[in-house]
Amino acid sequence: MAEEKVGAVLVVGGGVAGIQAALDLADSGFKVYLIDQSPSIGGVMSKLDKTFPTNDCAMCILAPKLVATGRHPNINLVTNGEVIGLNGEAGNFEVKIRKRSRYINEEKCNGCGLCAQKCPVEAIDMFNEGLSDRSAIYIEYPQSVPLKFMIDREKCIGCGTCQEICKAEAIEYDQQDSEATLKVGSIILAPGFEPFDARLKSEYGYGRFPNVVTSIEFERILSASGPYGGLVLRPSDGEIPRKIAFIQCVGSRDAQLGNNYCSAACCMYGIKEAVIAKEHVPTKLDCTIFYMDIRAYGKEFDDYYNRAKEEHDIRFVRSRVASVTEDPSTGNLHVYYVEDGEPKTEEFNMVVLSIGMQPPKNAEKLAEVLGIKLNGYKFCQTELFSPVETSKPGIFVCGAFVAPKDIPESVAQASGAAARAMSLIASERGKEIVKKEYPPERDVTLEEPRIGVFVCHCGINIGGIVNVPEVVEYAKKLPNVVYAEANLYTCSQDTQEIIREKIKEYNLNRVVVASCTPRTHEPLFRETVREAGLNPYLFEMANIRDQCSWVHMHEPEKATEKAKDLVRSVLAKARLLKPLKKPIIDVTPVGLIIGGGVSGMTAALELARQGFEVHLVEREKEPGGHLRKIHYLLEGEDPKERLNRLVKEVMENGKIHVYLGAEVTEVSGFVGNFKSKIIHNGEEKEVEHGIVIVATGAVEYKPTEYLYGKDPRVITQRELEEKITRGEFKAKNVVMIQCVGARTEEKPNCARICCGQAIKNALKIKEVSPETDVYILYKDVRSYGFKEDYYRKAAEKGVLFINYDNGRKPKVTNENGKLKVTFWEPTIKEEIEIKPDAVVLSAATVPNPDNKRVAEMLKVPLTKDGFFLEAHMKLRPVDFATDGIFLCGMAHSPKFIDESIAQACAAASRATTILSKKTLEMEGIVASVDEDLCSGCRICEYLCPYGAIEMKEKNGKITAHVIEALCKGCGVCGTACPTKAITLGHFTTEEIMAQVKAALMEEITA
Amino acid sequence: MSEKEGFEPRIIGFLCNWCAYAGADLAGVSRIQYPTNIRIIRVMCSGRIDPAFILEAFKDGADGVLVAGCHLPSDCHYISGNFKALRRVTLLKRILKAFGIKPERLRLEWISASEGDKFATVVKEMVGEIKKLGPNPLKVGGKS
Repeated sequence: MAEEKVGAVLVVGGGVAGIQAALDLADSGFKVYLIDQSPSIGGVMSKLDKTFPTNDCAMCILAPKLVATGRHPNINLVTNGEVIGLNGEAGNFEVKIRKRSRYINEEKCNGCGLCAQKCPVEAIDMFNEGLSDRSAIYIEYPQSVPLKFMIDREKCIGCGTCQEICKAEAIEYDQQDSEATLKVGSIILAPGFEPFDARLKSEYGYGRFPNVVTSIEFERILSASGPYGGLVLRPSDGEIPRKIAFIQCVGSRDAQLGNNYCSAACCMYGIKEAVIAKEHVPTKLDCTIFYMDIRAYGKEFDDYYNRAKEEHDIRFVRSRVASVTEDPSTGNLHVYYVEDGEPKTEEFNMVVLSIGMQPPKNAEKLAEVLGIKLNGYKFCQTELFSPVETSKPGIFVCGAFVAPKDIPESVAQASGAAARAMSLIASERGKEIVKKEYPPERDVTLEEPRIGVFVCHCGINIGGIVNVPEVVEYAKKLPNVVYAEANLYTCSQDTQEIIREKIKEYNLNRVVVASCTPRTHEPLFRETVREAGLNPYLFEMANIRDQCSWVHMHEPEKATEKAKDLVRSVLAKARLLKPLKKPIIDVTPVGLIIGGGVSGMTAALELARQGFEVHLVEREKEPGGHLRKIHYLLEGEDPKERLNRLVKEVMENGKIHVYLGAEVTEVSGFVGNFKSKIIHNGEEKEVEHGIVIVATGAVEYKPTEYLYGKDPRVITQRELEEKITRGEFKAKNVVMIQCVGARTEEKPNCARICCGQAIKNALKIKEVSPETDVYILYKDVRSYGFKEDYYRKAAEKGVLFINYDNGRKPKVTNENGKLKVTFWEPTIKEEIEIKPDAVVLSAATVPNPDNKRVAEMLKVPLTKDGFFLEAHMKLRPVDFATDGIFLCGMAHSPKFIDESIAQACAAASRATTILSKKTLEMEGIVASVDEDLCSGCRICEYLCPYGAIEMKEKNGKITAHVIEALCKGCGVCGTACPTKAITLGHFTTEEIMAQVKAALMEEITA
Repeated sequence: MSEKEGFEPRIIGFLCNWCAYAGADLAGVSRIQYPTNIRIIRVMCSGRIDPAFILEAFKDGADGVLVAGCHLPSDCHYISGNFKALRRVTLLKRILKAFGIKPERLRLEWISASEGDKFATVVKEMVGEIKKLGPNPLKVGGKS
């Protein structure tokens, strides 16, 4: 290539996948342009109320990522933007973008929101799915990033009110759309999906009957910040519903519409919405879910499904609803369906349609501009063994644009795409990013506190209610305050300059800002004081807007008193603040990977491509793991050829040290600085490394049921595959039994891949011997995503799918030397007997028995099923809570090859955020131990959720020590310490006690 | 006017940064109005809230104390700090009586970042309940 590569990446789409990709890239030394067509990032996840299977609040877990993205010095946000042209090739692209005007100067707008309050126009709020109103000047939602308002020019009447009221002078009615050209090395596509337009299923009455809503509308209804404040109300009359029907597969698994695929996430979100609705409705609420198959195939999803049935009393009806009609007098809905062969009608107060995912609206345009291929459903085309690559080199893809999927899989794929995007331009790491230089820090330890106080008017947001000058005068009288002033906007650029000047002029050594919330603004002010030569932790904030002026708008006097109290309380803390050092730790740029299956090898290659050395340790004599036992694939690729290629690449890569027939026996140290022992060929070797990736895989369950092991004609799917491949399988009649060792009383969770395996083998049998009868006895056919096509194909080829449940399990017996399978046929409601030549058991994929040892060695947790437990099921799918340790592949849970590869790339990407740095700067707010006070009782060691405390002996005394690199600063240790020897910086007992005392010094008057 | 009628309780709220404090911020962003009686102290995690802080607040004359963190079981930003807060507050409630403080003056709540409304409701309820209970009996020589 003649052209030089560029160390920058364009990420198209700012949903949770795009955000994750951008953060990984920017944290690994690349410049990122994150472009989204909306005025703010966050995508569909920002609209969700809760997330399955943990019922976490979506905004609580997303908002920190939004803020991190918005503040990242190496992420350039382009909102209201779209890609309109592409030139160049992998490593060196020129991308033309267009940015629609906001009619607001983004530099000047500080998001105070006064304009929206005064705007006289009412427009439909599409963020709330049209269920409420907003003004013509607006932000999408309160936590919007960037927090910049926008004018909806179609609704704006041009009255000039906002321009008049905006003290920041940010309104620019005549602002024009703009175009720009970006130079990037690679591109990641994460445009997400388009929710199915439920109007197209006209038989369900959406758009005609107000009480038929879509699942996304229902998310907004459930949300505490939604149109009804979290109350579940009917749109028609605001009544609380008593009976809600959820209809699954609306716009999915529907050949008539051409959407034959399964949207993969709807079963779980449908169950979640039903569960949460019941929590939100104070009176009795009945929820019924109408479904075809419940596809709870993810990690511990069946637990969730079972709880929904048993604890939350959600009713499940296996039926495709035929139609919905409305009783116009009550607004109630009649649902028509067939159950057990009987046509039925039932009345509900509300109907929620679980709408599927469609390709993004602009998919075809995007594909045309970028020159990438789409699949038959207009999703992005990818290959099984390169799940994050588009058809065009240098352009990668992740999230729902690849195939419908849930959040954790989108996040994993996003990190995976980031890894691939970086390895292409690994040589350019660090070249396009900015590194800030700071003046040396002033030593203030021997100085009396000299505090400067800056009180913000926030336009009129604070100043309109709280008497700001009075607060300033009050602050001046408090001890150690040597300077106080009021600002129109304390956060504006010019005020930062003033703060820096005043620090110098008055020799300030502490700064207090009384304004909005530290959650959004503390980093900005810390940066300012640091720029002025002060330690950033010599700063404190009083929240007199979000927690004062905005919530006491009708009580200005009391609000002023409260503001004074808050300032006084925070000043008491500020007086005691100590400078904190951000611990700097060295990083050994080497990876250790435990497990040499497809995941471990992929992760190793990916790290090696980034330029890092890798130790890859495999217990078996041969690499390849699970993949070695796979002979053919549903999608048609040749797994042997792919495996050989992968092994060759790994073995030939000079940066990868492969240890076969080896075992990691000991791991010590912490992020950046691990030391491990590997036993290889009878010898012990010690290696140093900065990160660990766990890729220990999983194993096939050895059945004890259905005569397995007693009759050679009863075999597992894998054994069947082996036999078919060797040409040894001859049968005229085959019965397959699903969920063997999964979804039982003892093992409640689904093993995810067996349905696909059964369909694959059934199709193979039909291919080599079309006259053979194949019966598949199943609980639910879980052929999610595009695998639904193969399910349909198998059914077309005459494979018979017969449903059974745990109450009526099939029976396999040996009758006079003949195999006999007896099962209940639910459609004809009769017991049926078949005498097959072979019974094939879909044996579950179960955790590697070695997991327990590895988990104890690494001090990371396992799930109750025995798989590794990640840091967060939704947003941190390949991280452990312990920094520097990651997981991927079937060690996490059963999964298909493409999913394992995406996760392996993801683990490599997450690891690169550490390995790419020479040193890691840790957060300064960490615990510290006073060794004289420590009694060595180990309570803190036991309580610390991050393993950040170790016991060390010194001069014959055992005391606690904080591994600063692992400490996250929660402070749990200090609270429990009986001798108060351990404490959390910036939240010391003295500081908090002083804050309490000062807050209570003055009386509240009536 | 009797003493109780003019009584304005002073409440200290210890809020975790990630959920409850964010919920209190959202009450602000949503302009949900509630009484001015609460003074909030931010900590990173509800697991940082030492029973000693709560006792100090009562000793200094607080009429009520609110401890609020992330929802059980798994919203906690630090994995399990909320459980630690739960245990500590439950224990402390049992021994508060020995100090002459009614356990009702101490309230533990789980408030998520999207529950601005809940935060406001909790404050409203607490102010009402504590008005009924009257001033903190430990207040010696206070102006009340």
